[in-house]
Amino acid sequence: MTLKEKSRVMDKDAIDKALERIAHEIIEHFDSLDNVAIIGIKNRGAHLAVRLVSKIARITKKSPPLGALDITLYRDDLTQVSEQPVVHATEIDFNIDGMDIVLVDDVLFTGRTIRSALDALVDLGRPGRIQLAALIDRGHRELPIRADYVGKNVPTSADEVVEVKLSEVDGKDEVVLCEKAPS
Amino acid sequence: MRYIIKHGRVIDPANKIDGELDILVAGGSIEKAEKSLTEKCDKVIDAKGRIVAPGLVDLHAHLREPGREDKETVASGTRAAVRGGFTTVTCMPNTEPAIDSPEVVRRVRDIVAKDALCNVAIAGAITLSRAGKRIADFAKMKEAGAVAVSDDGSSVADSALMEDALKAAALDAVTVMCHCEDAKLSAQGVVNMGFISTKMGLKGISSASEYEIVARDIELAAKTGAAVHICHVSCKESVELIRRAKSAGVRVTAETAPHYFALTEDCCVTYDTNMKMNPPLRSKEDADALRKAIADGTIDAIATDHAPHTDSEKDVEFDYAPFGVIGLETALSLSIMELVDSKIVSWSGLISKLSYNPAKILGLKAGTLSKGAPADIVIIDPNKEYIYKKELIESKSKNSPFIGWSLKGKVTDVFVGGKRVMEDEEYRQPCL
Amino acid sequence: MTKIALNKSVWKKKDLLGLEYLSKEEIEFILYTAGSFKEVTTRQIKKVPALRGKTVVNLFYEPSTRTRTSFELAAKRLSADVINIATESSSVKKGETLIDTGKNIEALKIDTIVVRHNCSGAANILARSVSSSVVNAGDGWHEHPTQALLDMFTLKEKLGKIEGLKVSIIGDIAHSRVARSNMWGFTKLGAKVTVCAPAMLIPEGIEKFGVKATNDLAEALDGADAINVLRMQFERDSAVAFPSKLEYFKRYGITSEKLAGCGKNIVVMHPGPINRGIEMSSEVADGKNSVILDQVTNGIAVRMAVLYLVSTAKDGQR
Repeated sequence: MTLKEKSRVMDKDAIDKALERIAHEIIEHFDSLDNVAIIGIKNRGAHLAVRLVSKIARITKKSPPLGALDITLYRDDLTQVSEQPVVHATEIDFNIDGMDIVLVDDVLFTGRTIRSALDALVDLGRPGRIQLAALIDRGHRELPIRADYVGKNVPTSADEVVEVKLSEVDGKDEVVLCEKAPS
Repeated sequence: MRYIIKHGRVIDPANKIDGELDILVAGGSIEKAEKSLTEKCDKVIDAKGRIVAPGLVDLHAHLREPGREDKETVASGTRAAVRGGFTTVTCMPNTEPAIDSPEVVRRVRDIVAKDALCNVAIAGAITLSRAGKRIADFAKMKEAGAVAVSDDGSSVADSALMEDALKAAALDAVTVMCHCEDAKLSAQGVVNMGFISTKMGLKGISSASEYEIVARDIELAAKTGAAVHICHVSCKESVELIRRAKSAGVRVTAETAPHYFALTEDCCVTYDTNMKMNPPLRSKEDADALRKAIADGTIDAIATDHAPHTDSEKDVEFDYAPFGVIGLETALSLSIMELVDSKIVSWSGLISKLSYNPAKILGLKAGTLSKGAPADIVIIDPNKEYIYKKELIESKSKNSPFIGWSLKGKVTDVFVGGKRVMEDEEYRQPCL
Repeated sequence: MTKIALNKSVWKKKDLLGLEYLSKEEIEFILYTAGSFKEVTTRQIKKVPALRGKTVVNLFYEPSTRTRTSFELAAKRLSADVINIATESSSVKKGETLIDTGKNIEALKIDTIVVRHNCSGAANILARSVSSSVVNAGDGWHEHPTQALLDMFTLKEKLGKIEGLKVSIIGDIAHSRVARSNMWGFTKLGAKVTVCAPAMLIPEGIEKFGVKATNDLAEALDGADAINVLRMQFERDSAVAFPSKLEYFKRYGITSEKLAGCGKNIVVMHPGPINRGIEMSSEVADGKNSVILDQVTNGIAVRMAVLYLVSTAKDGQR
């Protein structure tokens, strides 16, 4: 199976603007950011979280605590996926008890990743509230999960794939819609 | 039955023959070996493209009967022998009870007379129960039919006793077949001592545990004048000792087994218990030294050391598995591949090592196609290749390290005493 | 731990039998994964659902409390079900053979067998007889891979790297599976390894491991970044070669005086349990250079990583 690029959904500028907007929405939503932490889901969500935190810090002059969550061990498809997932470390060096957490991921799809992330977070403590920010919401939910902050809604069909590329990992910023094509 | 085997490449080292001849077999003996025979006969066998040689003679096999019929019997062992081209096998005395008296020799002879598909030469024990304490009665065992003595499986540790045994053997004119191993040095060892034993975490068996006893037995042979035959030589130091003894005129002969030149200690690293034998598989240098010794005559014979063990005995931890592998059915192919194809010996040289020399060492009427000799004959398709599979094994036990190997050279026909016991790779008469 | 982001698993094996059979990359990958698991072991809730629904059997033919407990804890923290089977093995006792036991365990649909055995190669033999994963928890004198992995993990944690370090292994090398796994592992990761023991406890051909062998403790300590001190088994194999414990302690026992000439930050490891006053003085065992208890803690993370990797290994190497 190979991926065939169909269209570009967002470019560097669009991604930056969306994140800027989400940062403002988060600031607006909470009366105070004193109790708010941003936690990205590895791998790309963690990079987006870093960007969000720096935007929030620029605007409010205060940097909320930042964490990175590895959800591999909580995946419900661990024994079914075709390649062995690599276990990375969760890096959250603050107590999440009672905190308002904004989880960050790149693409919201079936909701299963977020389900895993919620389980993983609960094992780390008892947050006061958990919200979700996603750069792309492509629909097709399989669980009752929704995002509180969305960069862009992208209607897709089931055999399409949304690829988020970030300069930290992929060397450039863009979101493309691809089609699964038999190789 | 009168047979004529036509157009074969006849190899008979005893008569220095290697060429296309016809052979007339009649009345259980070789009647003639000449070009283009036209005599009347009952059956003509066209051996064109094949090798016709005296039946192979194995100096060293464990037929396990009496006592361990679950591993092998005279019937199954000789059936395996015929498959491998052997018409005579020497059975070692480490049976239960040990072949240490004329009574047991006769008991084995009776079994052989009833069940064996080929000739069986019997080696009696050097000491009673092979316990290394009291010397057995060589003269009486010889009278009963034993052709040699050996405490195979162990050495006679007591050097004074061994000296007495060799004096008795010289007197009674029996060959002493020596298993050379200092049991104190090799104690609990399971593989060759060196990096392999170290990395596998197993206790090693040093070459010294072998060659120190080889040195002792050669010295005793020189002193007593007895005919000493060194069994399953595995290391280069033993080779050198034998080479020097021979040039000094000591009555010593030697054998090695195909696994010692076809395999090395590296084969053990997967803890495959079919690679566990005593002496152990040695280093590449040792295997090379053995090839050289085969080429220059230091090693007189290739013997199988056929040592059957059941699957349940072998399918255990390496430390717990018994030593030994079966070999009757693979010895010829391995020797062709490892020795003839790589020009270590000629075909005639190979037949010497597998037939003529072993017969000579034990003084057997075998190993030759001379007129009047018993018609023990093997016909070999030298180029036929086949995969050696577990299902093909005739021996009761399947403990071969060569399962899965592509082998070359197949025995097609075998005559024992003029009787055709194998025809086109099929046994001619059922043998129980 | 390491900051390298590995995006693709390099682990393909269903079994962990020894470090001899692993590449440098595979060893580094286990250590990286263990680093991720170490974080789990520091949480309040030290349990993740990764191996939920899987079953791990601890099949121990030799008495062991430490290794068995460590494996059991590791499996439980991965949410696997754990069964402990303690048994004895002997060629004389005509019980069930190792292979039969393995096949019976497999018939119970067990995913992973952790085996400790007094015979070298037992794990290899078991692994090729069953389709379940097999983890070697120590076989004879052959290998004890998870011990060496936790030694390497601990040293890397303390000194930041393995490559280029001088690591000396001191004690009964001949009869030690820990020594063999350490030699394979540390040399593959680029450490300069010296083994030190009285001559009769250094086995044949040792230099082919790519290590230096010496009978002189001072030489082993000279310039060493870390020492791994092995347990002397006077009740067993070691006694044959070195009859007097006191004499051994005098010559090879690690004391503060002997360490005085070494680097201030020399790391002292021991696989445990320690014979205080034989291979090591209490002062050293409890001193500031000792990482012995860190090794125990790290053992759980390393074994979690190993159990996770073999249990979820994909592709045909089952």
